[in-house]
This record gives sequence, C-alpha cells and structure tokens, in this order.
Amino acid sequence: MEGNKVYVDVTAEFSAEGVLTPKSFRWTDGKVYEIQKVKDVRRVASLKAGGVGMRYTCVVNGRESYLYYEDNNMWFMERAGA
Amino acid sequence: MSGRVILHSDINSCYASIEHLHHPELNGKPLAVGGDPESRHGIVLTADYIAKKYGVKTGMALWQAKQLCPEITFVSPRMDLYLRFSRMAHEIYAEYTDLQEAYGIDESWLDVTASATIKGDGYSIAKEISNRMKAELGITVSIGVSFNKIFAKLGSDYKKPDAITTMYSDEFQTKAWNLPVGDLLYVGRSTNQKLAKIGIRTIGDLARTDEAILVSQLGKMGSVLWAFANGYDDSPVRKENAHAPIKSVGNSTTTHRDLVNDEDVKIVIYVLAESVAARLRENGFRCRVVEISIRDKELFSFTRQRKISNATNITEEIAVEAYRLFKESYDWRKPIRSVGVRGADLVNDNYWEQIDLFCDFQMREKHMKMDAAVDDIRRRFGFYSIQRGLMYQDKVLSAVNAKEDHTVHPHGYFNQ
Repeated sequence: MEGNKVYVDVTAEFSAEGVLTPKSFRWTDGKVYEIQKVKDVRRVASLKAGGVGMRYTCVVNGRESYLYYEDNNMWFMERAGA
Repeated sequence: MSGRVILHSDINSCYASIEHLHHPELNGKPLAVGGDPESRHGIVLTADYIAKKYGVKTGMALWQAKQLCPEITFVSPRMDLYLRFSRMAHEIYAEYTDLQEAYGIDESWLDVTASATIKGDGYSIAKEISNRMKAELGITVSIGVSFNKIFAKLGSDYKKPDAITTMYSDEFQTKAWNLPVGDLLYVGRSTNQKLAKIGIRTIGDLARTDEAILVSQLGKMGSVLWAFANGYDDSPVRKENAHAPIKSVGNSTTTHRDLVNDEDVKIVIYVLAESVAARLRENGFRCRVVEISIRDKELFSFTRQRKISNATNITEEIAVEAYRLFKESYDWRKPIRSVGVRGADLVNDNYWEQIDLFCDFQMREKHMKMDAAVDDIRRRFGFYSIQRGLMYQDKVLSAVNAKEDHTVHPHGYFNQ
C-alpha cells in the first residue's frame, strides 16, 4: 500500500512574512539532501504517490525533484521510477 | 433572469475518486467505498466507474456488489478526508465567485455572472475549474452551465464523468426537454408515477402541459415543477451558506457487556460525546440538536432528540445534554446493549447567533480551550494519552472503539 509515497523528515524555514521554504530533507537511506532552490510552489495532486499537497519544485544537486507538503503537516516525495 | 451565468459542479464518484487517488496501486481496478470490509458488513456508499459498469450501485450490500464484480476492492469510508477535499474544492470555486452554494459534500452551485467579463464566458470558466480540479486535487468534475440552478444541475448530470454541458436559453428546449422527467430535481419515484399516468414522460412534456392540470395532480409542487421545466427557476445561489455540507455527526457502539446502571451509560455517553464533539471541531461544525439512541438487550430501540439553546461543539455540553435525555427517557426495565450519540442540525463557522443572557459565557470559553488542548494532546501523543477521570471507573467500557457511523445527506433544495 502506498509504496510510492515516501514520507520524509524535512528541515524548513519560515520567513517573517510567513512563507514556508524547505531547506533540506532526509531520504530513506538516511542521507540528508540540501535543497539549493525552490523553483515553484503550487497545489498539485500526485497521481504517482497518491495524495494532494503543496508541491515544491526543488533543485537538489542540480536536478529537479518534487516535495509535497500535505495538509496533515507531513512531507512526502514520490519514489523514483514509480 | 437570462442574464445570469450559473454553474453546477459535481465531483464524479466523489468518495471513490478520492480513494483511487490515495491508492495508486488500484489504478484501473474496480473500487467501492462502503461499510466495514473487514467484518464484511454494510453497503456501498459510492462505486467507481469501473464497478458501475458491472452494475454495482450505491446502497447495495457489499456481498451483492462482490457477486456482480468479483474483482472489486472495498475500502472503508474516511469522511474526514472527503470533507478536506470538499473544502479544497470550495477554495478553488471561491476564486471565481463569492456566490457559491454547497449541495451535499460533492456538489456546488456557483453564480459566476460577475466573473464572466474577466474570466470569459461560463463555458471557459467551467473548463478552467475542471482543469484545476484535475491538476490540483486529482479528481474529475462534471459541470453544467446555464442561466438557472435547475438547468445547471441537469447539465452536470447530462454527461459524466469529466464533462461540461451547457444548457443555455437557446439550447434547453433541444437538450433538457428530451430528458426523462425523472431527471428533474424533485421528481422522485412517486411524482414520476403520477406524471406518467397523465402521459408526461419527458421534461418537455412537463413544460408543455397546462400548469393548472399539474396543480390539480400534484398541488403546489405542480406549479414549481412546471416552472423548473420551462426555465423559470430564478432562485438565487446563496452566499455565505451557514449550513454544514453534512447533516449530522454521530457515533454509536455496542458495548462488550450489557449496561446495567446510570454510571455505565454515563461512561459510554462521554466516550461517544468526546468523539462526536472532536469530529465536529475538526471540521469546523457546531450542532444545534443533540440526539441519543438506545437499544436494550431485547433489541428494542428508540431515539430522543432535543434542540439546544446555543450551537455547540463542546464535549461537556453534548455529553450533559445526551445524559439528561437518557435520564428523562429510560426507566431501566432492561439492561442496555447499545448506545449512540449524534449532533445534528449542523452549522459552520459562518453561523452566528444571539448569546443567551443567562448562559455562562466564561465557562463556555474555558470548556472550548480545554477541548482544544485535549485535541492537541491527543493529536500529538495518541488518543489514550489523556482521559477523563470517569473513564477509570470501568476501563473495559471506556475502551470501546467508537464505531464511525455517518449519515451524509445533502440538504433539501427549499428548506435552507
């Protein structure tokens, strides 16, 4: 069940204006990945992982990946190749 | 009134679509939401389009559905999740109009007349909403576009799933009038039979019939339906609808042992009231009616309800009222097997009311704060992390698993 939906630990920053920006996340292998840049934020349904959230398009090691913030206050990602 | 632009948006197989989204592994496979699949009890609340093709219908027993469609997967309903999606859908609608009226959890009327100059005609607004629902919520909608609410609803029912149908004033005679009269809102089985007797089978037949004949057959309703069929419905889309999208929130339980005295019942009522009140709070609802249901060991059952003076979602108030109802209506002839508590006549956060002069407002405020604190502790540390002292009187009774028992009906078209 929900094998492609991976909940991750996230370190994030709130600005004084109340804007939430994820800074890094810890993947299932325990490695922490720095987020260099957030290119886009919008609400999107993830059909791969199964769920809805604010989708942060993050640049990690020069590559784009999606990080979703669900309204249950948890962050998830889609497993690659799903 | 032909200047209005009204949309009616209907989320296709709402519960089933939301479950599909959360179960990608079931993609392309038939699914139905309903009952308690573990104990193989209950009925189908919603079937997806694949299951519907096999003949699975809402209201069918799970075992019947399984016979028709052996591949089917049943999932238990998650009302709170569906309400979350309903709210997100309303947020999207709200970007097009402040005039939106919910009809149940999955349908809404939108009056987008004023947006038409900025956002384009009704059809393009419908298209945009439909695309956003797909992208942002992962579900599809059927939208009807018309100049009144009745035809907009007919339009959204016209083609499903994921479709937009216009019913403009120059179109309804060709589109709507060919439909069976039973498709019209408020033509149920009995009205349908009466109309069939006088030879009315389509909405067009109804529209062309003399109004006086309809009144003689159906009373006042005849006149209303005649107006609906002719496109004379000019009822407004209600702004600031203070009604909650569902009618009631209730929990009931059959206890491990029969209840034999007031203390037993009190424990169970508090457990149930806690769950009912917490769910009301979670969804931003308050109730104006408290209802209890009692079943004794001979399976004789009854319900009692009472309107309360101030809309509430305070655990203590609901529990006290439920217990008072119980005390007034039960004489302990027989031990009790099952108890239910329900909050009905729900209103949402837009609702305001006159405060009772004699009600202890500070006490209410304290109770609200306490409930919020308990909710927070339970959210963080689990349900059993904090309990009322009462619950320790009988740990087995208080550990009952308040079984979810929802009733979800849209409100009527007239009585809002």
